[in-house]
Amino acid sequence: MRNLLFVALIATALVGCSTTPTTEAPVVDKSGAAAAGAAGAQTSGAGAGGVSGSATGSAMSPLHDPNNILSKRSVYFDFDSFVVKDEYKPLVEAHARWLQAHPDARMTIQGNTDERGSHEYNIALGQKRADAVKRMMVLLGARDDQIETVSFGKEKPKNPGHDEAAWAENRRDDIVYAGE
Amino acid sequence: MPSPLHTATPGFRNSMIRSLGRWLAVCLLALVPLSAARAQLTIEIVGGAATMIPIAIVPFDAEATWPLGISGIVGADLSRSGLFRLVNTDGIVPRPARAEDVQPAVWRARNADAVVVGSMRPLPDGRVDVRFALVDVVKQTTLVSMAFTVTQAQFRATAHKIADVIYEKLTGDPGVFSTRIAYIAKQGPRYQLMVADADGFNPQTIVSSNEPLLSPRWSPDGTQLAYVSFESRKPVVYLQSLTTGQRRAVANFRGSNSSPAWSPDGRKMVVTLSKDGGSQVFLMNPDGSGVTRVLTSQSIDTEAMFTPDGQSLVFTSDRGGTPQIYRADLLTRQVERLTFDGNYNVSPRPFPDGKGIVFVHRENGRFEIATLDFATRQMQVLTSGPADESPSIAPNGKMIIYANEAGGRGTLAAVSSDGRVKQRLVAPATDVREPAWGPLPRS
Repeated sequence: MRNLLFVALIATALVGCSTTPTTEAPVVDKSGAAAAGAAGAQTSGAGAGGVSGSATGSAMSPLHDPNNILSKRSVYFDFDSFVVKDEYKPLVEAHARWLQAHPDARMTIQGNTDERGSHEYNIALGQKRADAVKRMMVLLGARDDQIETVSFGKEKPKNPGHDEAAWAENRRDDIVYAGE
Repeated sequence: MPSPLHTATPGFRNSMIRSLGRWLAVCLLALVPLSAARAQLTIEIVGGAATMIPIAIVPFDAEATWPLGISGIVGADLSRSGLFRLVNTDGIVPRPARAEDVQPAVWRARNADAVVVGSMRPLPDGRVDVRFALVDVVKQTTLVSMAFTVTQAQFRATAHKIADVIYEKLTGDPGVFSTRIAYIAKQGPRYQLMVADADGFNPQTIVSSNEPLLSPRWSPDGTQLAYVSFESRKPVVYLQSLTTGQRRAVANFRGSNSSPAWSPDGRKMVVTLSKDGGSQVFLMNPDGSGVTRVLTSQSIDTEAMFTPDGQSLVFTSDRGGTPQIYRADLLTRQVERLTFDGNYNVSPRPFPDGKGIVFVHRENGRFEIATLDFATRQMQVLTSGPADESPSIAPNGKMIIYANEAGGRGTLAAVSSDGRVKQRLVAPATDVREPAWGPLPRS
């Protein structure tokens, strides 16, 4: 009995230890282990590989649950701007937390521009937009090596139109997780 | 009136140079793909030179023996340039085939300043002996005569070579009829990197992809093309041999890899990489080794190109708050801003004489092709937009090919470097963009 109680106390202490860092997020490994356990409850065993969301069977990954902010993947920008607008900060923060909680998760942020201007300069502009979102995610706890930023410039417009509405839709970062 | 044929006269030469610009423009417009399945580029001359050289090109003796002659292609080259006016040769009997057969008075009566004559003779080995002469009927002298031994497959190339010789004799500048042009064609979801003769014939697909291709850049010897491909869902710089077709990724780092350009000697390349954060310019060997950072800024630096002396780079940067063009000395690393007019100046391309650049200038929301003279710091706007981009200068510096839009599709156009001659290259049902004019062939 004593032994069993002792084991239970140890277990409680361990849980306490591992959950505390999750909220403060100082240690990546520990918080990741704790969060993986928590996530596993929802996604039926999302272990190391489950973070991609594609291997979780019928249970819906938060990354693809329409009711979860993690399913939102696009950040839109004003003309000539690289500033992440306030309305997108919860989205960026949610993905940063997900990366922090899933150390094996990897994402690509794809920067895009509207059709105006030089092909190559727009590659650089899109890159700057992707880098802006990455910087914010790293500040919020994601690791630098979890995120690759690339740019499509004006080469892959989501909206092929030539008006302000189309341009606004194309000034955009898209978030894509590895394996998607 | 001074004859345009006298290249030794400085005054004449200047007027010729002006006319020359016109000529080149026409030449570019004729990008006509071979296969019927491919959309054809056709040439529309929007503007022409004020004074054109009147030249008579007599059908070559016996050339009707072959389905494809020579003189017709020579005439088409010169005529499309906008610098020459073809004089009617009908009804002159007998038709001269050699320089000594040309009767100047006959041609002066038709207001021709120059006459081209020639002949074609089959040889026992199946090849063909092609001869031509260019006669100045004002001065009554033979300016040049040449002979070639060629196969039928070389007729078109031979005609371009002859047109180059005539052009240079009469204008003082090298002809570019024997050069090639690379461009990107988009049909539906398919992107194709194409290479065609300067008159649009012999189009060949170098590589095709369902993801974007852009920024084709010729190696100085014309044997390789560097370009950017999105085939791995990000921009990666590839290098492809035009002789073997072999290709490989030469800049494929984490992040974006783009904007390749060659040093004049072909031994170095510059690329824009984001691997260390931001978009920054790096120098490397063409095999992808020896990657070193050239410029360091907290801003966007991209679109770098070597100046013709290989000593410096021109590039686009937003370090001053708006995208402007700068020049960096590779030895001292000193950076100097070149453009001050307007808040968007990008895509600098140095002229081959080292005296200035062509670039894209935005004015009231319109993107236009402009030039900047280094000595005077004067900007000259050559086109009126609204969406002109991707300029590329002919190797003789006289014409600029660029991309624009018509009816919602990408088209190519050309303008002389003095802005006088303007032409359009139209390819029905095909989006064409990102033209790159190849180097002069090595003879």
